[in-house]
Amino acid sequence: MVSPGNVSRRTFSAGMAALGAAGALGRPAVAQGAALKVGLMLPFSGTYAALGDSIATAFELYLAEKGGKLGGRGVQVIRLDDESDPSKAVQNVNRLLSRDKADVLVGTVHSGVVMAMVQASRERGVPLIIPNAGNVAATRDLCAPTVFRTSFTNWQPAYGMGRALAAQGVKRAAWVSWDYAAGNEAAEGFRDGLKSGGAELVKTLLLPFPETNFQPILAQLAGLDIEAAGAFFAGGGAVQFVRDYASAGLAARIPLSGSGFLTEGTLRAQGAAAEGVRTALHYGDGLDNARNAAFRAAFKDRAKREADVYAVQGYDAGQLLAAGLEATKGDVDADKVLVAAMEKARIDSPRGAFTLSQSHNPVQNIYLREAKGGENVVIGVAAPLLADPGTGCKMAAT
Amino acid sequence: MTGLLAQALNGVQYGLLLFLISSGLTLIFGVMGVINLAHGSLFMVGAYIAYAVVTATGSLWVALPCAVVGGIVVGAALERVLFRRFYKRDHLDQVLLTFALILLFEEARSMLLGNDFHSVATPAALAVSVPMLGGFSYSAYRLAVLVACLLVAAAMFLVIERTRVGSAIRAAAEKPEMVDLLGLDASRIHMLVFAVGTALAMLAGALAAPLQSVYPNMGDGFLIISFVVVVVGGVGSVAGAFWGALLIGLVDTMAKAYLPFASGLAVYAIMAAVLLWRPTGLFARA
Repeated sequence: MVSPGNVSRRTFSAGMAALGAAGALGRPAVAQGAALKVGLMLPFSGTYAALGDSIATAFELYLAEKGGKLGGRGVQVIRLDDESDPSKAVQNVNRLLSRDKADVLVGTVHSGVVMAMVQASRERGVPLIIPNAGNVAATRDLCAPTVFRTSFTNWQPAYGMGRALAAQGVKRAAWVSWDYAAGNEAAEGFRDGLKSGGAELVKTLLLPFPETNFQPILAQLAGLDIEAAGAFFAGGGAVQFVRDYASAGLAARIPLSGSGFLTEGTLRAQGAAAEGVRTALHYGDGLDNARNAAFRAAFKDRAKREADVYAVQGYDAGQLLAAGLEATKGDVDADKVLVAAMEKARIDSPRGAFTLSQSHNPVQNIYLREAKGGENVVIGVAAPLLADPGTGCKMAAT
Repeated sequence: MTGLLAQALNGVQYGLLLFLISSGLTLIFGVMGVINLAHGSLFMVGAYIAYAVVTATGSLWVALPCAVVGGIVVGAALERVLFRRFYKRDHLDQVLLTFALILLFEEARSMLLGNDFHSVATPAALAVSVPMLGGFSYSAYRLAVLVACLLVAAAMFLVIERTRVGSAIRAAAEKPEMVDLLGLDASRIHMLVFAVGTALAMLAGALAAPLQSVYPNMGDGFLIISFVVVVVGGVGSVAGAFWGALLIGLVDTMAKAYLPFASGLAVYAIMAAVLLWRPTGLFARA
């Protein structure tokens, strides 16, 4: 359908693009070939709008820090709202690639939507950087030379949590989540993490997505012979689950833990019920490094609010793209050089430095956090430099 | 065994909440013959009223009457302005109307209160946990909701079985021509039933808000399960809605606890069985 050569992408008026870049960034840009077009396909409306805004703002923050240029080439950012709607995903990707002539794709939050982006990247060879969606397939069965991720797989945080529990001496634990891909992938991580420390996942309790009547599950947990429970919920479900868990009187006897999303951006709504809940994630509050402090200050200055894990992922998407473009002097058509440089990159992230695994997913610290006074305070490292197993990834030559 | 009792309590509590929603649905369906798909949205509106009022005043005790009064006003207005033009039209037109209402309610909610999820605080007096069997606690609020639902159910039985208005409603549901023969004003009965049905849905939403959290499209799941209750109990029968809701609440809870692989299916299997065995529902008067 579309020729692999990128001639058409290049025909865009150089002057227009330079103007666009200059206008967007408020500084004179020297036209050096057409500006590179980065399509930011993210949710800017709906449930995940706040996440999309964090990612986009942080990506643009990094660009601004680099004077609007990566690898010496001006960059023009095109934002597209994907509404987290999988049924519009293919159409939206096509709009960015065909109408807007995007050279690089960055997105998105929703696991279903990202699959259309992965497919487009595989078919057309357009570089894709995933700044959030954690479905394992993108860096396992469906991995590809041009598909990169700066966030996590659903498996990673849950593995860290399981491992941390086992390290505390827990022998038997249960897992609770919705019965959907992300929940099941996290359940596998939790099980593997427990097993790595000699502990056992004795029961997995699932309920249909997005059901929030947790009572039957909680009554069942109460009857199990376990020392800890892990959970994967997000958003409204996470708020409800943590509150119901506390009011069911289980928290004292069976401490609640989970993937970091259980308490991410939800602590205010969860209130006292979340106090003491331990979670594992690749980021947290109070991470003590200079890079993080500088990033948080710069983000707050730009966005007028505190940075979150999504902002970190968006910022690192910018850093990863920069690493590739520096090697090619801003040329995205030098596929092999670009991919090789991105694969080898060491990203100096606010979360702590990370590299990429062979399947292009971060090899990163998974931190153990505890909810205290409305913050997810980092209290240790649950799994140092953890790589997703990348099972089933057969990377074809570029 | 204690686990089973705890699950039974969960099932009864869930079932009683379903009763509040489906009793309005079954009455509106029974008396006016309207399939009100927007009933779930009214539940959502009730929950958002609770959220807005609790945010403004800090008290659910203010929010509950607001939801009931709001329900009566909204229900009466909807009946007067829209629904009464649709009683004589076929079900497809009614479905289009009520589906449009779903979209309107969701859009209004989005514009007024945004798309975020919110949680509503339980009243401080009821924020304590009551230890139950099997190392499992129940929040006092959850028990209070259970009692409140029972009280509403009892009040409905009294009104419907013992009062003149109730017998008129029963007549309208079972033998519509009787209403005219008895010289009653059918149009007033319609507005009354619609207002009460709406108020019940919005009260259910407000009561559920602290239990359920408040989020866009939260009524969808309840709408579908309420239709199951209405079909199982028998269209137009409040007693049917009561026992049907308890049955569905218990089946759904037990399936989630003991047959998780079939939990999405169990209630529909019950509905199919009832339709085969008693196509008019368990409590329909043939």
